[in-house]
Order: sequence, then C-alpha cells, then structure tokens
Amino acid sequence: MNEVTKSFVVFFSSLKLTVALLAFSMVLVFVATLAQVNLGIYGVQEKFFKSFFVLANFPGTEIPVPVMPGGYLIGGFLMINLLAAHLTRFKLEWKKAGIHLTHFGLIVLLVGELITGLLQEDFSLRLEEGETRSYSESFRRNEVVLINKSDPDHDDVVAIPESFIADQQPVQHGKLPFQIIPRAYYPNANIGMLSSLPEGIDQSALAPNFSTMGIGPRLGISPLPLSYNDQERNLPTALVELVGTEGSLGTWLVSPMLIAPQPFQYAGQSWEIAFRFEREYKDFAVNLIELSHDVYAGSNIPKNFSSLVRVTALDGSEDRESLIYMNHPLRYQGYTFYQYQMDSANGFSVLQVVRNPGRALPYIACLLMTLGLTWQFTMHLYKFSQRRRAASAT
Amino acid sequence: MKRFIPILAVIAALLLVARTAFAPGPDTEFDLDGFGRLPVLADGRIKPLDTVGRTTLLSLQARQTVYLADGGKLTPNQWLLDVLFRPEVADTYRTFRIDNLDVLQMIGQDEETRKRVYESAFVRFMAVLGFAPSHYSRFSFDQLAPFLAEIDRQGELAASLEAPQRDSFQRAIVKLRSKLVLYQQLKHSAVFPGDEDFLTTLQSLQDNFAEGIAAVRARSNGEEHDEELASRMIDVGQMFLAMDQMAYLIPLPPLGEDTSDHNWQKTGRALLNSFQSGLVNPYALAYAGMARSWRDQTPETFNTIVGLYTAQLDTKFGDQMKKANTERAFNQTEPFYLSLLLYVFVFLVAIASWLVWPEALQKSAYYVLWLAWIATTAGIITRMWLEGRPPVTNLYSSALFVGWGSVALCLFLERVYPNAIGATAGGLTGFATMIVAHQLSLSGDTLEMMRAVLDSNFWLATHVIVITIGYSATFLAGFLAIIYVFRGVLTRSLDRDTSKIMERMVYGIVCFATLFSLVGTILGGIWADQSWGRFWGWDPKENGALLIVMWNAIILHARWGGLARARGIMAMAIFGNIVTSWSWFGTNMLGVGLHSYGFMDAAFNALVAFVAANLAIIALAYVPRSKWLSATRLAQA
Repeated sequence: MNEVTKSFVVFFSSLKLTVALLAFSMVLVFVATLAQVNLGIYGVQEKFFKSFFVLANFPGTEIPVPVMPGGYLIGGFLMINLLAAHLTRFKLEWKKAGIHLTHFGLIVLLVGELITGLLQEDFSLRLEEGETRSYSESFRRNEVVLINKSDPDHDDVVAIPESFIADQQPVQHGKLPFQIIPRAYYPNANIGMLSSLPEGIDQSALAPNFSTMGIGPRLGISPLPLSYNDQERNLPTALVELVGTEGSLGTWLVSPMLIAPQPFQYAGQSWEIAFRFEREYKDFAVNLIELSHDVYAGSNIPKNFSSLVRVTALDGSEDRESLIYMNHPLRYQGYTFYQYQMDSANGFSVLQVVRNPGRALPYIACLLMTLGLTWQFTMHLYKFSQRRRAASAT
Repeated sequence: MKRFIPILAVIAALLLVARTAFAPGPDTEFDLDGFGRLPVLADGRIKPLDTVGRTTLLSLQARQTVYLADGGKLTPNQWLLDVLFRPEVADTYRTFRIDNLDVLQMIGQDEETRKRVYESAFVRFMAVLGFAPSHYSRFSFDQLAPFLAEIDRQGELAASLEAPQRDSFQRAIVKLRSKLVLYQQLKHSAVFPGDEDFLTTLQSLQDNFAEGIAAVRARSNGEEHDEELASRMIDVGQMFLAMDQMAYLIPLPPLGEDTSDHNWQKTGRALLNSFQSGLVNPYALAYAGMARSWRDQTPETFNTIVGLYTAQLDTKFGDQMKKANTERAFNQTEPFYLSLLLYVFVFLVAIASWLVWPEALQKSAYYVLWLAWIATTAGIITRMWLEGRPPVTNLYSSALFVGWGSVALCLFLERVYPNAIGATAGGLTGFATMIVAHQLSLSGDTLEMMRAVLDSNFWLATHVIVITIGYSATFLAGFLAIIYVFRGVLTRSLDRDTSKIMERMVYGIVCFATLFSLVGTILGGIWADQSWGRFWGWDPKENGALLIVMWNAIILHARWGGLARARGIMAMAIFGNIVTSWSWFGTNMLGVGLHSYGFMDAAFNALVAFVAANLAIIALAYVPRSKWLSATRLAQA
C-alpha cells in the first residue's frame, strides 16, 4: 500500500471521522426538526434527509448554495467509515463480538432506511360505508386522465402524470386520436363558480381562464401558494387543450376539485377528461362493511376507531372479512392497510395503504443491535466485577 | 454513638412519612372522607370526588389548599362541597390564579389593588425579602364577575386563532376563560346553583308529578289549568335543562341492574328523565339531601346521607367503589410528595457526609434513599393498578418514571461504591423529577384516558418503558458529571481515586443509557411500523430520541478513540442533559410556537434556564486545571 492509499484508509477508518459524522448528523437532525415548523415533515425529508446537500438560497438571490451535508452524504460516509473500520481492524474475537454485531445491525438499519426511502409507496383508500374499491389513491401525486368510454364492457384510460402537465409538454399517445397540450398550470389553486363568488372578491385577482369547454368557462381560478402543512393537500388546476388532426377540440379546465369527469364526443366516440388523484389499481377489491368510533364513557375522548372490511381477490382466490383498528392493520399481498382517518358522522373511513419491501430490515437490525450491545456491556460488567473482587481480595 | 446515626436517620424519615401520610384532617364533624370517596364519572373514567376537588384546584390555582381571607384554610373536599352546594360562598374564595399582567389589567387589578397588607411586622419584613408573597395572584369568582362578558369576548377572539399563533395575553385569556367555564360547569353538577333548597324543589316535584304534568299539558292545549303549578313545573324543567347542558361531572350511577360506565347520568339529564318515569332519581335526591345538610351545617344528617348512599353503591358497584377508595387513600398519602421530601433529606445528608462523619452519614443517606425509592415505587404501582396500564402513559408519569429509574440506578451505584456519590445523585435527580412532575400535574387529572392511537399496553410496556429508562440513565450520567465538576472545581474533596471511580460510574451509566435509548428508539420505530405503516417518519419526538442515541454514541466513541479524557467525558455527559431535556420537553413545544413572538410560557422558560445552567457548568468544567480547588489532591497519586 502506498502512502496516499494508506492515509486514505486511515482517514476513512478513523474514530475521529465517526465522531465528526455523528456530530454532523446531530446538527442535521436538530435543524431539520426545527424546520418542520415551516416546511412540514414531507418537505423536510426531501430537503434534509433525501439529499446529498442541504441547499439554501444565497442571501438576497434565488441561487441555491449548499449549506451543510444532507442525509445521503452523511449516511453514505458513515457507511464507508463503518465498513473501512471493520475491514482494517476486524478480528474475530469473542471480546469484540458485541461491537461487530451492533455495527452490523446498524448497517442493516441504514440499508433498510435507504430501501424504504427509495421504494416505499403509500396511498390512501377512502371508503364510504358499503362502498367497494379496487384502487387506492396517492397522497400527493395527481394525474390527468382521458377515458375512452365507447366500449360498453371496459374503459380505456390514458393517464398523464402531473409532472408532464407542469412542464407544459405536449403529449401524444398511441391510444389517443388527439394531442394534449397543457396551456396553463397552477400547482395549488382554488376554483369556484363565477356566479357565486363571495362579495368583495376582485375579479382581476383571478388567474386568466381561457377554457372553452365543459364547466370551465363558468369557473374562476384563484392560485394559492404551495402548502407545506402535512394536514393539507395541494390541489392543482390546469388548462388543457386537445388538438386533433383537423384542429383544436377546445380547452378544458381540469382540477381534482372537480369530482366528476367532464364528458365530450370526438369522432363518434365518447370520452371523459379529468385531473384526479393518481390511482393504483390492485388485483383485489376492498369493501367497507362497517365502521365504528368508540369513546370513553361520558366523554369525547376517542377510545378506538375500527373498520370492518371484506377483501375479495378479483380472480376469486380470496374472500374474507377483516377488522382493521388502531395498532392492528390488515396485511395482504405485500400491502398493509392501516386505519388512518375516520368521519363516523359522514360515514367514511380512510385507510392508509403501504407497500414497503424493506420493512423486515429494522426488525432484524433491532435484534442484532440489542444482542450486540447487551453482549458488550455484560462483558464490561463481568470484567468490572471480577476486577473488584480481585481488588477486595488483596 | 455514631453507629446509631443511620438508625436515627431512618427513624426520622419514617416519622416524617407517618406525619405526612396520617396527618389529621380538619377539625370538623362532617364525614369529609366519606364524601371524598363518592365516585363520579368525569373525563372518561370513574373517580372519587376527592380527586375531582384536588385536580380542579390544581388547574385553577396551582395548589390544593384554599386559603381564606381570615387566615383559615380549606381542604379540597371542603372547597368542593362549597362549590357544589354553597356556590355563593365558594364565589368569594380566591381560587383563580392569574399571572399575566395584561389580563390582570383587564380585570381591573393593578400594583396597588394587588398589594397584600400584613398585620404582623415580621411577615411584612419577610414579604420584602420575598419569603412571603407581596401581591395577590389569585382572585375570587366575585372579583372576576364584573368582567365575565369581556373575558368571554377576548377569549373567543383568541380561541379563533390556532394555538401556535396566540401571543402570551391570548394564551392567558384562553386559559382563564376555560378555568371559569370549568368552575361554572362544576357548580351545575349536583344541584341547581341558584336554588337555595333544591331538596324541597325535588320533593314537591315528586309530590305533585301527576297534577303538575296535567297542568302543563292543559296550558299548552289552552285549557283551564292551575297557572302557578304549571309555571313552577316549567321553571323546574328549565333548571334541569340548564344543569344537563352545563354540568361537568356525571355523578349519578345507572338505576336497576345496569352497571355499565356508559350509563351514568348527569343530574340534569336524570331529572329530566323523571318527567317520563314519574319518579325523581333517588341518587339525585341523595345529593340534594347532602346539599341541604351542608348549607344548614347539620353534620349528623350529612353523615347519615353519605353513609346510606355509600352503602347503596357498595352493594352494586363494588369494583368502582374499591378503586375510588384506593384512589382517595392514594391522594391523601401523597406518596410522590413524601418521596420529594425524603430526596431532599438524602441529598443534604449525602453532601454532609463528605464533610463530617463520612461513614455514618453515607449509610444514613443510602438507607433513606431506599425508603424514598420505595415510596415512589408504591405510588407508581398504585397508579398502574388504578389505570390498568404500564407505568408511563403521559408526560406526568414519564417524569415520575424517569425519577424512579435514575434513583434505582443510584441505589445500585451506591451499593457498589459506598461513597455517597450515588446517594447525592439519587437525591438530586429524585427531587428534580418530582418537581417536574408536580409542575406537570397542574394541567389537570394525571390519570388521563389514553387516546386511541396510544391504546396499546404492549407497546406502552416495551417501547415507552425502555426509552424512559434511557432518559433516566442519560440524565443520571449528566448529574453525576455535574457532581464531579462541582466537587473538583469548587471543593477540595475530589481526590484521584474518587475521580477514577466517578469516571467509571459515568462511563458505565452512559453504556447503559446507550443500550436503552437505542433499543427504545428502534422499538418506537417498530410500533410506528405496526400502527402507521412507516418505521421512521422524522417527527420531532422520534428525532429527539435519535439525538440522545447519537450523543451517547459520540461519548462512547470519543472515549474509545481517546478523543476525550476525564474532563471531556464529563462535559459531554453534562451536555447529554441538554440533549435529553430537548427530546423530553423541547420537541413537545415545537408545535406551541417557536415561531410565534412573545412566546414565554413557563415551561419554555424553565427549559431555557435548564439549558443555560448546564452550559454554565460545562464552562465551569473548563476552568484551567490548576485553578481547581481539588487540583493538588487530583495530582497526588
């Protein structure tokens, strides 16, 4: 090994680096906790933890500059540090077994977090009592859909992710006889009927609405700043023009605030257009049989929320009932269904649906680290009491 | 002679326990204990009236005793009797604590009107020194009455803002308004507060039921009727309706075979139902009877009614009565207050042992620490039995448990190293956590019902316990390090051997803290995975726990890597106090508004003061070695 390599190895395997990295992580976690007050948990995760550098605008400008290392960078270095230290100093001894086990557990934990960060998906499943659904909806993402309704047996759906609309890129798709051209996009906006605008609203404060088709021309668009509140969802609005071979079909105003899709006819076929929460269709359907909301005697303090559901596989291989309640989710086909929100007065229940391929790893890590630390500290204690016995014997 | 000192110390401590636990009640012929044992439903659980009186007073005025203008004082039960049955008298007691100056100004109080006038020159002198209060900070309902409309208006304005956006005046006014509402609700719980003889009202209702109802019916049909009887019936119905809408307590158990907690009734509701059944609820009559005999101050009648009512309930509600009895006894014994006194005693004796009679005083401190710890343990176990839950269910019980855990570790340290260091740390942490618990108890009943999400005894028993022990140990390491710094810098008592022993103690406790905070944090993640579908969500409380784990890991790695020696490790352990207090309390305050200006709540100030004090002690640790008073002894081999 030459000098340069050697000094690299020494640097990356040193305890000083460990301490420095841990100190950096503490600062990162602390600052990120404070930032949640303004940014919300989701924003903080993107900015601080799922990034290599935390960026902030250079004072007085819009130019982002890195101000401190982000979660990926610190986590990556910790991993290198850990591996390097063990590779260079590893000795198979009982005395060190606890340390090795603990650190191996830590590696599993970090890898697990990485897998979760990259692959975990979560959706919400909102069901009214008695309703059946075979899809769940994204918590954040939306999509513009064009539905060909002309086949009585099934609908042909083309879904366009919100990001395409946001970039205002024309979209062409083999199943669509027309092009979709996004003309305007507001990431968060309120829409309301122009006829029933509250008194005193300045019409000129509304965004230009040049829609020509459907309900659009009767609506006013008032753009809102993006919300970082974890309890609120940003609802985008877009103006979309459809252009066929013989020219424009018109411009539609679409938004998830409009619950019903807007129908139109083209070349003898029935179509619908909508901007809705992104859906994920499953191979099974969930039916909400009953929901219940218990309180403690003589009070409004919630004691339990539960949803009784029936899960039916579309291929007929499964048909069973399950009670989902606090701390007792339903696990099925790699998905986990948690009781998320409930409104018993209006008779609906919202389940959170999560798929996380790495969910077993923290359990393994917990076991390894507990065993490792217990082993290590018991050894310390044992040696210590032996020394004391020896000391008191003399 | 010195041999007897530990025995004497234990006897003295036991006497203190006996004096506090079996203190004679007020001199009265009324069966106040019997009254305090009566069960009612409130805040989702059955509890004795004794608890209602105490917790309400704590949240209204931050203490349990009511001091009267004439120098007398009232127990919580006496006060509650007056509120329920003689509200016009209770309205004159100063039981609403108000600290905010703007609110004080709003209710017409200024420097002059608040000034206390003492007869005795000695007390006046003490007041100047700050040992006796120089101003009134508690006011009576009568004093507030002229301003109720304004308080309500201001309170409503402030309540329309989200809690984090409120300034200190708005927070104070919202708090005052809710105190007043609680007080008014309490008044409507057993009898109608405007009616001086509710018993007669109920009895005449019972005697004239058929005629009365017929008269009302006739009046509404426009037929001939007894106008006086009809309007009296309607007035009575209005009273019941007001009681049903206003009452806080749900004091009447279900009639017949039914024993479900869900079927207890508010007095107003039960009396409204009597219009259908034609029978006045007998339990409502019992409370009306107590009201009359309390107003007339006839103890024999009062005691008979309480006795008969209790006997009725005993046969049907055996379990609830047993719990109510135990809870009343628990309230009266005040095990945590007892342990607090004993922890102070231990702390003083242990410190003294470094100056005189080392062996005798060390033993005394050690034994009394055991006593104090047993008292804390007994209190925690009673709470667990009452709740049917693991020990830590809210912030209050976490304070008790942090104290319990760190004192347990101190007992172990003191047994291994009988040098009074463990006892000092035990006295200090025990005392500090009991004070924190007392402050937290001011927000109301501490035996709260668990919200749905937290309703899992398994996770409360694993994650919460383990993480709380992690807090205890991290704090203990910090307090041991503080003792080290104080002894080393400010006294000549730290020699080289003691220093070595203390280093080992701190190291051992940090190891222990790392294990528990790490395992506790990961278990928390697993609970979150089980309940919400995510292992780690970066929420403030989770992050706080993670910070403790990382800080302990830093201390261990710094020691193993030789990056920090005795002094460095001690300073780092003290910084651990700051990290832990942030994760314990600081994270809870985030939502309360770090971004709202003028945010000056007491808890936030206390946290800032604690952080500042610890930083100051760290600075003290970095006084040059040669300037330490123990410098020469530390240098000697």
